[in-house]
Amino acid sequence: MPILEVQNLTVRIPTEDGTVHAVQDVSFSVEPGEFFGIVGESGSGKSVMVQSVMGLVPAAETSGRVLFDGVDLLALDDNGLRSIRGRAISMVFQDPLSSLHPQYTIGWQIVEQIQAHEKVSHADAKARAIEMLKKVKIPNAEKRFDSYPHQFSGGMRQRVMIAMALVLKPALVIADEPTTALDSTVQAQILDLLDEMRRELGTTILMISHDLGVLRRVADRVMVMYAGRRMETGAVEAVFAAPAHPYTAGLLRSSSFNREPGTRLIPIAGKPPSLLAPGPGCPFAARCPDVSAACSAPPPTRRYDDGVEAQCWLEEAPSELAEPASAISTAIDLDLGHAAAPAEVPIAEVSGLELSFAVGKRAEAHVLKGIDLTVRRGETLGLVGESGCGKTTLARVIAGLELPTGGTVTFDGRDVSSLSKREWRQLRTQVQLVFQDPFGSLNPRRRVGSIIGDPFRIHKVSSGQERLRSVQQLMELVGLNPEHYNRFPSQFSGGQRQRIGIARALALNPELIILDEPVSALDVSIQAQVLNLLDDLQKEFGLTYLFISHDLSVVRHVCDRIAVMDGGRIVELGDAQSIYERPQHEFTKVLLAAAAREVAPERGTVRSLVESIPAGERVAA
Amino acid sequence: MLFRFLLPRIGFGLLVLFLLSIFVFVLFYVSPSDPARIIAGDKATEALMEQIRVKLGLDQPIYVQYLKFVGGLLQGDLGYSYRSNVPVADLIVARIPATLSLVFGGMVLWLAIGIPIGISSAKRPGSLRDRIGQSFAIIGISFPTFVLGMVALYTLYFLPTRFGVMLFPPSGYVPLTAGVGQWAWHLILPWTTLALVVAAVYARLTRGQMLEVLGQDYIRTARAKGLSERRVIYRHAFRSAMPPLVTQLGIDIGLLLGGVIVIEQVFGLLGLGSLAVTSVNNQDRPVVIAIVLLGGVFVVTVNIIIDTLYALMDSRVRTSGRA
Ligand SMILES: Nc1ncnc2c1ncn2[C@@H]1O[C@H](COP(=O)(O)OP(=O)(O)O)[C@@H](O)[C@H]1O
Ligand code: SF4
Ligand SMILES: [Mg+2]
Repeated sequence: MPILEVQNLTVRIPTEDGTVHAVQDVSFSVEPGEFFGIVGESGSGKSVMVQSVMGLVPAAETSGRVLFDGVDLLALDDNGLRSIRGRAISMVFQDPLSSLHPQYTIGWQIVEQIQAHEKVSHADAKARAIEMLKKVKIPNAEKRFDSYPHQFSGGMRQRVMIAMALVLKPALVIADEPTTALDSTVQAQILDLLDEMRRELGTTILMISHDLGVLRRVADRVMVMYAGRRMETGAVEAVFAAPAHPYTAGLLRSSSFNREPGTRLIPIAGKPPSLLAPGPGCPFAARCPDVSAACSAPPPTRRYDDGVEAQCWLEEAPSELAEPASAISTAIDLDLGHAAAPAEVPIAEVSGLELSFAVGKRAEAHVLKGIDLTVRRGETLGLVGESGCGKTTLARVIAGLELPTGGTVTFDGRDVSSLSKREWRQLRTQVQLVFQDPFGSLNPRRRVGSIIGDPFRIHKVSSGQERLRSVQQLMELVGLNPEHYNRFPSQFSGGQRQRIGIARALALNPELIILDEPVSALDVSIQAQVLNLLDDLQKEFGLTYLFISHDLSVVRHVCDRIAVMDGGRIVELGDAQSIYERPQHEFTKVLLAAAAREVAPERGTVRSLVESIPAGERVAA
Repeated sequence: MLFRFLLPRIGFGLLVLFLLSIFVFVLFYVSPSDPARIIAGDKATEALMEQIRVKLGLDQPIYVQYLKFVGGLLQGDLGYSYRSNVPVADLIVARIPATLSLVFGGMVLWLAIGIPIGISSAKRPGSLRDRIGQSFAIIGISFPTFVLGMVALYTLYFLPTRFGVMLFPPSGYVPLTAGVGQWAWHLILPWTTLALVVAAVYARLTRGQMLEVLGQDYIRTARAKGLSERRVIYRHAFRSAMPPLVTQLGIDIGLLLGGVIVIEQVFGLLGLGSLAVTSVNNQDRPVVIAIVLLGGVFVVTVNIIIDTLYALMDSRVRTSGRA
């Protein structure tokens, strides 16, 4: 008997803009002891689904049944639900810093969890909490019992969350993006810990992630969600090797871990539909390569012999797509591009670079510790490392935005520190930066046209109609509708905002573009669009990229060479393939082990249809 | 540890008081009125006034006057009232109990009214309860204190007495030593008036803080742990909403102790506020200076206390740096 059985769950949230149909008619079941994954892009309803089941979304209107050990959670009253929360089903959330109370010690919070459900003395509860902290490998558990959440590192905090979630030995742990906020090596440790705990304590784990690579690593079975609906369910190997649903296939095609390095990613065109007024048909229809007339009616559930189920009219495997051609319009007459330079000519070189920041009165943070690095013209150089290792600082020094405290930076053969004011301004046009956060780095109160036109204004290049024309051409170049130059950043999606940032960077015909985690905040299908755009632009205009990321599979996919950074030093540098295949440095090996393993998609798996359940009918248990 | 925390704050407080004393001193020095004339009366001769000036030391340069003042202050001597010739310290000490009783009693009441209203509003924003609470806050904030005081006097004292019932006394302060009952009975109207005015601010502040905190991830965690809603609200949410409330409380108490002028006037309480008013009218320089400085001492002290409480409450301030 499944431990959790969700039947035709629908969740609606009334809001000022209308009702959000966050979850629609979703059914799935989780077997005892299994690691069940739910994957989907952000906004697909994953969090709302699990939280509303636990009664944690105050305004949610739910229908359907959620059987936990035979009891319908949706039918429970507040008290009934409360006695289950934390004791039988516990939750781990994405950001452990914000999810723990900042003003209580972690020990207090774990003891509170125990005493909320069991009548035990403080001393006993404390002993159990410490035992659990030891289990999740918090060093010095007795001492750390009295520490506050902010006194732990991100990974340790998530261990504390997990300890709290497991301390009452619940039958089911729901983990909502538990590793998304963490660095990849820490991510791997947390996933291993979850898996270990599951084996040791026999806990069932339901884990949500937007990252297919993460789930493929740990989950036994997965459910793919899109626009509040279930798309596909099945064993991880089966679903990832040969997706039965066109959306899953699309996700995998846009994931860099799943594609040969250097080949183009194949993004899913378009963007997810609004959840305010969903139509009756397949929500993926507008973006689906296999769409047919039937798809405007609610798709049936197709059940295959290998246990895979797909919500789709299709009966055979989804079609393969060819790599998309360059999307760059050749009709644009912007004066961009550089004469093909001889290969291996350095565009930027740093040697013996040192940088320390003063912190407080006496202390000093030594951020960069003797860095030698050459960026060659026309290449994409990847810079990988954990957060805080100095990647961004290094980039800012190369861009001339930060003065080093030692060593030299040369750009185009000239020492940056000896530049005149005019030459420095020149440098500022030749090197451009694109930042990670497409939300934070654009001024929300300025129109997109003027944001993109900023470089023209600052460097007094063009004005009036001429500037507007250039701006519109840039917008077209990066795949934005030029007519939207009058809109505000908030009217664009994450991927579009990143395009705005790229357009702004391109404005002054730069030679080197520093991309600081340019796709980390984007969903995979959108990531693929942006990565392809960058690739097109580089080919078209001979740009050089310095690509900063903590995501090794993305870096591997786009970079010619990779520099691995750790603690302010570059510990390894080499071409992408050899770094990946023959890592020399210990830290590189750790990074690689943490990254999603590559698998070439296995083609030609033939599965046969077992039954087809029309939409709306209760899915048999 | 505590010493290192307190020392700079006390030092800063003393600096503030020093600057404040210079400020009031200069203010009086440049003011056009002549204390000698006020003391001696309109018809006094120039010679008499000169004599008075010499006696009070007013003929000396301002810095000498100031140094003498500070010298006296350090020996606990605040000088004598120009008007009544009574030691200023005695005048003030006589007035402190009324003001203290008013402010601290009022505080208990306004916290007891404002915070629950704020919390219950925040629990269901937009609900009827919330809207009633909000209207209460707006009324409290927009009504001038003396209007509220007058209304209270009229409805609770004047009207009932016309029908022969004396619910509350109209005015006056009865010291605690005369019995807690009498003391409280005389203070109920002023307390209520003060509390209504200030509670509104606290209702709003609490609501805003609670709404913000209730949207935090750790509140979701608290609910996911299976805690009772009561515990979630009070132990988790209110705990985080408290620090700004405490800060506000520090400011309010400090300011009010310096003189709750309007309420003391309306209800005829002989507190510091009413003493300040008469002294200003009388140009009774030593008394005014002393009251201003005392107000300053209150504000500074309360702020140091609040700072300390705040630090004890907020682990992030107390334990700066990672372990
Ligand atoms: N409290 C809420 N009120 C209204 N809409 C919400 C609320 N929480 C989430 N939503 C909406 O529900 C949809 C699903 O969100 P969510 O479950 O968070 O997605 P996911 O976890 O898959 O990223 C989104 O459109 C989101 O904007
Ligand atoms: S139902 Fe139709 S539109 Fe939807 S995924 Fe299947 S084939 Fe594509
Ligand atoms: Mg989510």
